[in-house]
Amino acid sequence: MALRDTSSLHQLKSPKRDLDTQPPDSSMEEESDTRKINNSFLRDHNYATEADIISTVEFNSSGELLATGDKGGRVVVFQREQESKSQSQRRGEYNVYSTFQSHEPEFDYLKSLEIEEKINKIKWLPQQNAAYFLLSTNDKTVKLWKISERDKRPEGYNLKDEDGRIRDPSTITSLRVPVLQPMDLMVEATARRVFSNAHTYHINSISVNSDHQTYISTDDLQVNLWNLEITNRSFNIVDIKPANMEELTEVITSAEFHPQQCHTFAYSSSKGSIRLCDMRQAALCDRHCKYFEEPEDPSTRSFFSEIISSISDVKFSHNGRYLMTRDYLTVKVWDLQMENKPLETYQVHDYLRGKLCSLYENDCIFDKFECVWNGSDSVIMTGSYNNFFRMFDRNTKRDVTLEASRENSKPRAILKPRKVCIGGKRRKDEISVDSLDFSKKILHTTWHPHENIIAVAATNNLYIFQDKVN
Amino acid sequence: MFAKGTKRKFSDPGEEPALGAELGPVVRPLSSTYSLQRQSLLDMSLIKLQLCHMLVEPNLCRSVLIANTVRQIQEEMTQDGTWQIMTQALAAAQCPADRLVATEVLCRPSEALAAAQSPKPLPAGPEEEEEEEEEEVVVAAAMEEDVDSEANPLSSSSFLPAPFGAEPGWEDEEDDSEDEDSEECPSDAEDVPDSRRGDQVFGTFEIKHPAPPPDPALEELFSDVDPSYYDLDTVLTGMQSTPKMGPYDLLDSLSPHAAPALSTGTSCRSDLNELDHIMEIIVGS
Repeated sequence: MALRDTSSLHQLKSPKRDLDTQPPDSSMEEESDTRKINNSFLRDHNYATEADIISTVEFNSSGELLATGDKGGRVVVFQREQESKSQSQRRGEYNVYSTFQSHEPEFDYLKSLEIEEKINKIKWLPQQNAAYFLLSTNDKTVKLWKISERDKRPEGYNLKDEDGRIRDPSTITSLRVPVLQPMDLMVEATARRVFSNAHTYHINSISVNSDHQTYISTDDLQVNLWNLEITNRSFNIVDIKPANMEELTEVITSAEFHPQQCHTFAYSSSKGSIRLCDMRQAALCDRHCKYFEEPEDPSTRSFFSEIISSISDVKFSHNGRYLMTRDYLTVKVWDLQMENKPLETYQVHDYLRGKLCSLYENDCIFDKFECVWNGSDSVIMTGSYNNFFRMFDRNTKRDVTLEASRENSKPRAILKPRKVCIGGKRRKDEISVDSLDFSKKILHTTWHPHENIIAVAATNNLYIFQDKVN
Repeated sequence: MFAKGTKRKFSDPGEEPALGAELGPVVRPLSSTYSLQRQSLLDMSLIKLQLCHMLVEPNLCRSVLIANTVRQIQEEMTQDGTWQIMTQALAAAQCPADRLVATEVLCRPSEALAAAQSPKPLPAGPEEEEEEEEEEVVVAAAMEEDVDSEANPLSSSSFLPAPFGAEPGWEDEEDDSEDEDSEECPSDAEDVPDSRRGDQVFGTFEIKHPAPPPDPALEELFSDVDPSYYDLDTVLTGMQSTPKMGPYDLLDSLSPHAAPALSTGTSCRSDLNELDHIMEIIVGS
């Protein structure tokens, strides 16, 4: 598949949390958001409120739905329009389908600390019936949400009239059978399961198993296995907490189940290693069956070597043969059969190598970028700063830098490739490294499972890009 | 602004610095610059660890990575003998004004390095009961004020990448010590839990006190810095592990200290101005 670096821009900004799209009868009680967000310490004044910052995006397995979670604990689900012959230009756009408050801020009284309501990850369950299910998690609690449609309602009750008032039984002279009448489509989200009290540290990832019955939730030091039906029990399958916390030098940064093998999962660490574990070997998977780590290049060693080798995201390819990891400056593709070095390494923004100290100072070096495969595993994508994101074609070895920004591209325009100029003369349209805006970071992106549609979260804006056809 | 109105010649740790020597351009920038850079990085890292007084639980991954960086610096400084020299020099410092200087040292490196965007605001008031913690918050708050007044660091601080971004130069220097490091680190790593009992990342950092002959140049360089600052003990938890390390006693030792003294080489601002000057030289601005 050839990477088309001319994608038509379809920009959809998520609704500004006005919640008008929320159906009035929604069983979710969260009303319009009157929370005042204190943004006095925000430095970038481009976004209105911090609660609107998108913290995760995820397509479901058919690509029909796109879920976003934000710092305010809300989930917004978009649905793709049915294609219609008459409007070929507006082919399959995504519109808001459902909005609900998934998590609320909590207070841990024991530690006197707040628990943020920010949604760290959303994972969809495979669809089994008309309803949609997704898992959403904040730092401490995973919730299973059911999103269902209602387009009929029963009318003609005996004991209550149409307004809902109870009828006096003595006035009832005849009985009737209630009939289902069509009504305006209503989408409601209900919390079906709450999985809590299993994590001492902050949950960084969740992953649904291919058996569709279990999932794992991962925090800095532990991986827990849950059954989707059972909320009061979880199994700890990885625990890297040392006996003496002062000896802690490594944490788990991400974990994911293998897409086909329900007994295999991988987890990445802050030291740049990935461990593949087989759950059949032991109840506690503290002995990996494969260990992936690239030996360090001594010529590039610095005080920041360990920090930039910390893996922020790990993703299996769809075919289950490869692993992709993202560290601060590169994306690496690993062959599961080869543990000693990656198959491919792609430089995301190597021009930052000379700026590591500044980036350490302003904490940008700790930013956790995600990475994503396309449906056919031929192209990989990841984000960068200045609202740039990068795509790498594994076959042609071509790569492109694109920008998600309203200022620089009009709606429906073809995206122009961007270039960062490292030194010397700066050509027109190029951006010099020193002009990059490090507050505009694209950490979260997702790719449609079958088509060339991508969703990119740029702070509080959601961009959806599609390949231009004909 | 400096001792007797002159600046120290910027030279190798091995050479004898001539007090009162004329100011010259940086003669051999690599080693001394590297030491300063490393020192700044250590200071920065300690401050980052210290600034974890947030309403929300701090990010464990970030804390672990910063702590590993601090440990790495400490190991390297122990390797080339700098750590012992520094701590010995610091332990020897008696002047109360030194403690005041420590405040400045905390504050100024950020300014000199075109302060960073502080990721989170500090709490309104100190949360810990102990005096040391209070002072650290005060210090950090003072730094925060400095930080706030700075513009976006990466666009304006074009000189910042230079000292740390001069990777070839910096890493050349590192290679020499790196060879040492790589040989000794494995054994070091194993020894760490034993030989440095109480070497706690999130608790205390025990500072060694061996007795190699102190290097006068380095001693002077570090003589103004408060020894307890480098004890992560006081930085993080306020608990004392070694009685030798006095509490981080800023408020107690505040003496009316107006203009920088022209007395001896231990003038409060000498180091800071020197750092400024070095920055200017490197930047060429």
